Amino acid sequence: MTELPFESIVGAWVATGLTLLIFSFLYKDNPLFKLAEHLYVGVSVGYVIVKTYDTVIVHLVVKPIVENGEFALLIPVAIGMLMLTRYVPKAAWMSRYAFAFIVGMGAGLAIPRTVSSFILKQVEDTIRPLLSVTGPDSLTFSMNLLNPASHLNAIIILLGVSSVLFYFFFSIEHSGAGKAVARTGILFLMISFGAGFGYTVMARMSLLIGRLTDLIEFSDASYGRPTVWLSLLTIGALFLLARRGRAQPPDAH
Amino acid sequence: MIFLRRQLPLLITLVTGLLFAAQYYVPHPASEQMLTSATKWLQIVGGFALILGVTSLFHQHAVKIRRQEAGWGYSLVLYVGMLGTIAVGLWANGKESVEGTMTAFGWIYNYMMVPLQGTMFAILAFFIASAAYRSFRAKSREAAVLLVAAVIVMMGRVPLGEYLIPLSGDVSSWILNVLNSSVRRAILIGVSLGAVALSFKIIFGVERSYLGGGKE
Repeated sequence: MTELPFESIVGAWVATGLTLLIFSFLYKDNPLFKLAEHLYVGVSVGYVIVKTYDTVIVHLVVKPIVENGEFALLIPVAIGMLMLTRYVPKAAWMSRYAFAFIVGMGAGLAIPRTVSSFILKQVEDTIRPLLSVTGPDSLTFSMNLLNPASHLNAIIILLGVSSVLFYFFFSIEHSGAGKAVARTGILFLMISFGAGFGYTVMARMSLLIGRLTDLIEFSDASYGRPTVWLSLLTIGALFLLARRGRAQPPDAH
Repeated sequence: MIFLRRQLPLLITLVTGLLFAAQYYVPHPASEQMLTSATKWLQIVGGFALILGVTSLFHQHAVKIRRQEAGWGYSLVLYVGMLGTIAVGLWANGKESVEGTMTAFGWIYNYMMVPLQGTMFAILAFFIASAAYRSFRAKSREAAVLLVAAVIVMMGRVPLGEYLIPLSGDVSSWILNVLNSSVRRAILIGVSLGAVALSFKIIFGVERSYLGGGKE
């Protein structure tokens, strides 16, 4: 049996411990979970700071200026620095220049691209020919539901998009024929919400399986069986905390 | 002074907004170059925006530790985790691995961040399931439709589900690719129309909340 590197063994113990601390929340909210939760926030923020520093400061600012002499990059740096004037009450108004620049640029970039990609393109894909010409005198209508590009599905998509848009259109009263269209929209929305829910649950299940797979792997003797020992330790700690909680009523502290 | 504090920011928004909206319709290399530079500029300015957010978190927990408020020990753990990761990350030049060898920063990512993040989201599976049990009872026709769609999609995503309900895989794909995409498309069109309207309001100074309140 090949011996594992030291950092992998320590890593297995740390990963198992942290996984079990988070899982302890399934019993109830407890100090072990809170500890892991705060550590998670701290490590994540630290990670984002380092990555942003590396991507933005090092690769987008320092290297291009030092290696290629791109001094124009000092302009966005200055704009960024203006944001920090928020901390100086008398100069806080200067941060508006930075926000005005970002928001203005964002809005300007968004208008044509949103219209093109998210409105016109979506409308174009929704309003498709309902029949295909396959020969000089023949028209076909494909009914294959499993093919999203079939004519039957094109009609269903058109119906779904129109009815959902109508449901969110409040300028006219949803009565008579409008009520039927709006109710069709609700039906489509409910199916979509259900599908979204099912999809999310399965994604979470996949994560859960991943964590359980790791726990099973780390119960191996080559790692020193951290899953077994740390599970016992976590259960013992929860038991002690529960006993201490019973001994000290909530209003005692 | 009112010009510098109030009107100049609005003017900057108007000019940058119109300039970058117009850029889309100018297929010239110079215009493309301007877009590339602008995207880089946005990333740089966005990096400074992160400082604003992180400082707020720093401050909130620093106050908790200084005043030794309830749970201040957790704030200390947060600080230790954050500063430790920053120190190790800077030491490793922000690289998780160098020439195939894992750095200390990579170790933190693989053995701390990934398990913490994965488990945090994985436990949501239990809470979603319990919430579903309480709220998904088919009390109305709409709730029943939602329940059936959810069950079919869940069944269709796993081999066991397909084994139990052989058609669930195909029906699940149809629900996701046809019914679900039609709803997503409608919502996308609606949201986009709203976003375009808001962008126009921002550019022409009708919407000014991004400038913040306070004195003129």
